[in-house]
Amino acid sequence: MSKKEWPLYEVFIRSKSGLSHRHAGSIHAADDQMALDHARDTYTRRSEGVSIWVVRSSQIVASDPAETAAFFEPAEDKIYRHPTFYEIPDGVENL
Amino acid sequence: MNKNDALLAYVLRLGDNALILGQRMVELVAAYPELEEELANANFALDYIGQARMFYAYAGELEGNGRSEDDLAFLRDENEYHNFLLIEQPNGHFGDSITKLVLFESFYLLQLEALVHCSAERVAEIAARAEKEIRYHLRHNTQWLVRLGDGTDESHQRAQGSVDNLWRFTGELFAADEVDNIFENEFDGPELYSIRGRWRENVATVLAEATLEMPEDEWMASGGKEGRHSEHLGYMIAEMQYLQRVHPGATW
Repeated sequence: MSKKEWPLYEVFIRSKSGLSHRHAGSIHAADDQMALDHARDTYTRRSEGVSIWVVRSSQIVASDPAETAAFFEPAEDKIYRHPTFYEIPDGVENL
Repeated sequence: MNKNDALLAYVLRLGDNALILGQRMVELVAAYPELEEELANANFALDYIGQARMFYAYAGELEGNGRSEDDLAFLRDENEYHNFLLIEQPNGHFGDSITKLVLFESFYLLQLEALVHCSAERVAEIAARAEKEIRYHLRHNTQWLVRLGDGTDESHQRAQGSVDNLWRFTGELFAADEVDNIFENEFDGPELYSIRGRWRENVATVLAEATLEMPEDEWMASGGKEGRHSEHLGYMIAEMQYLQRVHPGATW
């Protein structure tokens, strides 16, 4: 039997309510439902999540590594954009 | 048979179903064609082994002879197991394994849902936990049966073959005997007759979605619940118990 690879999906997991989804890794699956199951079985076996997103890797539009300089370097010398002049109250864990 | 004997017998059956099915699935570990399904199968197998442990630990207490969950799992003979014949059938091809799981779990989920409300507290507690696990298994396995049935000509044909072959083991799930009747009456246990009706409806829906035909109820095999098994169980148990028989009490 010829071996045809299933499409690749990227998996995003929200570890608890209030936090955002984070990229956890990727899995192969034949369809969207299967992708969700595979993500659940691969990445949430140890209670890592309360919500899962999966998206076809081919659907992700990514920045071009060749354009890194034009994309990101102009921000480097603009320190006034960083909110580092504020005092962060003690006890704030997720900011 | 008194009330307590029936409770013990009932709990042991639940444990046996979970252990034997879990062991069957363990046989497929490292044999799956896809890594993600491999993980799913191993997770599911462990869910079953976990359920078996809880049922056996309770059965050991009910029995009161100091037998542990390991003693019950590894030191009984074939005719002392009371699992369904359906459970012990060989894994066969992927479609056989999936079909077996869908047929059994469609029943087991309904059984667990009823057990959550029974008056045997420990059983209700274990059932509440197991129900969540099995609900997910069934969702996953149902999707697979639909994919296979409604897939290619070959997968359709094979899945229909699996359904046809395994159908004769489904009668036993609903054949109430003394243990079932006492458990139903004394402990508010599952009513097998009504479960059968709902099982047929649910399975009919899945098969229809999978474009598979529901076989006619013809001759049904039975005996598992009484300890009369098909030739497959002995081999399975021999492999499962080998280590404990050769090195009694071995642990790691």
